[in-house]
Amino acid sequence: MADPKTYGLDTLSLHAGQVPDSQFGARATPIYLTTSFVFKDSDQAAALFNMERAGHVYSRISNPTNAVLEERIAALEGGVGAIATASGQAALHLAIATLMGAGSHIVASRALYGGSHNLLEYTLPRFGIDTSFVNPRDLDGLRAAIRPNTRLIFGETLGNPGLDVLDVPRVAEIAHAHGLPLLVDATFTTPCLMQPLELGADLLFHSATKFLGGHGVAIGGLLVDGGTFDWEKSGKFPTLTEPYAGFHGMDFAEESTVAAFLLRARREGLRDFGACMSPLTAFQILQGVETLPLRMARHVENTRKVIAHLSGHAAVESISYPELPDHPDHELAKRLLPKGCGAVFSFVLKGGRDAGKRFIESLQVFSHLANVGDAKSLVIHPASTTHFRMGAEALAAAGIHAGTVRLSIGLEDAEDLIEDLNRGLHAAAKG
Amino acid sequence: MDLTVNGLTSYAYTGGKHLDTALPAVVFIHGAELDHSSWALQSRWFANHGFAVLAVDLPGHGRSAGPPLASIQDIAAWLIALLDAAGITRAALVGHSMGSLAALETAAAFPERVSRIVLLGNATPMPVSKTLLDAARDDPTRAEAMINAWSHSAHGHIGGNTSPGMWMYGANRRLMARAGRAVLFNDLSACNNYLQGLEQAPRVLCPALLLCGERDQMTALKSARNLAKVLADGRLQVLDGTGHSMMAEQPDAVLDALRGFLAEEPVA
Repeated sequence: MADPKTYGLDTLSLHAGQVPDSQFGARATPIYLTTSFVFKDSDQAAALFNMERAGHVYSRISNPTNAVLEERIAALEGGVGAIATASGQAALHLAIATLMGAGSHIVASRALYGGSHNLLEYTLPRFGIDTSFVNPRDLDGLRAAIRPNTRLIFGETLGNPGLDVLDVPRVAEIAHAHGLPLLVDATFTTPCLMQPLELGADLLFHSATKFLGGHGVAIGGLLVDGGTFDWEKSGKFPTLTEPYAGFHGMDFAEESTVAAFLLRARREGLRDFGACMSPLTAFQILQGVETLPLRMARHVENTRKVIAHLSGHAAVESISYPELPDHPDHELAKRLLPKGCGAVFSFVLKGGRDAGKRFIESLQVFSHLANVGDAKSLVIHPASTTHFRMGAEALAAAGIHAGTVRLSIGLEDAEDLIEDLNRGLHAAAKG
Repeated sequence: MDLTVNGLTSYAYTGGKHLDTALPAVVFIHGAELDHSSWALQSRWFANHGFAVLAVDLPGHGRSAGPPLASIQDIAAWLIALLDAAGITRAALVGHSMGSLAALETAAAFPERVSRIVLLGNATPMPVSKTLLDAARDDPTRAEAMINAWSHSAHGHIGGNTSPGMWMYGANRRLMARAGRAVLFNDLSACNNYLQGLEQAPRVLCPALLLCGERDQMTALKSARNLAKVLADGRLQVLDGTGHSMMAEQPDAVLDALRGFLAEEPVA
């Protein structure tokens, strides 16, 4: 007897979470732009409020359009469910706020997106949550940073800005040995290049603004629960394992063995913090997800062509991409990211800040802006924009050189991208 | 709540309410390798509508200690010990798949303790293919993948979960993966080896509802029809479009059927 077949990533990207609507048979996911949902009767209303029946009450808590997106991403990631949030930042905040309160501690990779770093370094300490930042390649250092009040290990699958590859299986092993969950930001890899939950991560989130949407028209986030972490056994998460006076005295781990985290995050986090996604945004991101596997393959293909061209170019000092043999995580990337290391990378131009500015200003196809993961190719010169206040020493500490340029490779013809880059490289070298 | 059953700590979910044994009792019994959370919505409704609810974790499952019970008869005896430990004289039993065999056997062997039975996703007997049994013994992850695939209707493979944002396929997979390595083989063997169900069925004196998924690939509808014929008061209800994982695929339809049978008909 042959093993039964299940749907693959391409099929799930198009279909997971959505059945044609029963009233009109619409094939596309309808946009349920409504704040609230009419109850059939008082009994049903009470049952919905008390979690005796499933359904929607108010769109801050859940919405049918959002639910399709949530279910689709959970399916692609191999999770038990997901929650759509107003942004990737909101997803990170929701994860942290669900797991811990004042007096808690996080161990985070220091190779983080600036927004995540800001939240952990400057904002959360005001609410009593401290973070130790560690080199993600130094696993002994990571282990040593864990304290009795640590409640979370956090890193990016591909870190900023040097594309540090997080050794998800080994970091997860360390986290689990200490009764802690591993949360990863999987924005740069998407489920097409890595499925962190299958590698041992317990929770993950995406800035859906980036590759999931792909079109650059909507800001959003998705928080996914792998359903693997045993909160009860850990004993460190009273928000999930003790009765919550704010919701019928519910003990979420008792209520749901595998989805306690999502229950609390939705029933408390979305309810009280309110950083929900608009149904219109959910629809827009769903349009992107439908073609995600196709796009990611093309993103990687174009990136490889661009990197091959830049490698050895006279105006280029160095390139940081894990598929290159001189990248510190080259061997790890071969193991964890065999389908590619994404489409965002940095390279260093010879000639410092001025060369960087000349390069950027000469480009015609690449758009100069502060985003990544768009279908269109993007470029930014950190030393003259996001990090312009920093001196050379501070830049070096952040892993940024005066001539560092970050590219996000899009879906244009690779030949056109290479020609555009040649234009910029020529201008940079002219001096 | 935790109860001591046969000297071991056993857990049963009470629907978020204090167990009041003066109320009519309903015991929910999960299927192979699963736990009480299979019944989250339905058990919570009963607990909040005038019933004493025990959604059990069978020994060796979920939060209950001990090795998993080796036979359906052992589960039946354990259920009676559980009722004794809880101080419940008589209860309705609601079982899914393996749990439905246990409900049937308990009602036949201990008729004075059982007021009604609901058998969801039942086939009596419940033969398990050699391929699946071998996989459960040698490679439980592969066996879980088979069960997960066969337990959901075509619709279930795509999703459309009524619980917002939940991917039922993933949730079922992760719940099975929580169990100890030997649990699935134990449970499937118990189902496979329970051959006397049809002989026991005439001893069931209480009303019985067989709740069947129209698209159930694990337990065929034909088998449930045969069982209904030999039960003294056997009724059969088919849920359109649903597979074996009916509590997840159609939670409201399951609840409505349970409610109609257990809550709206007077209990004898």
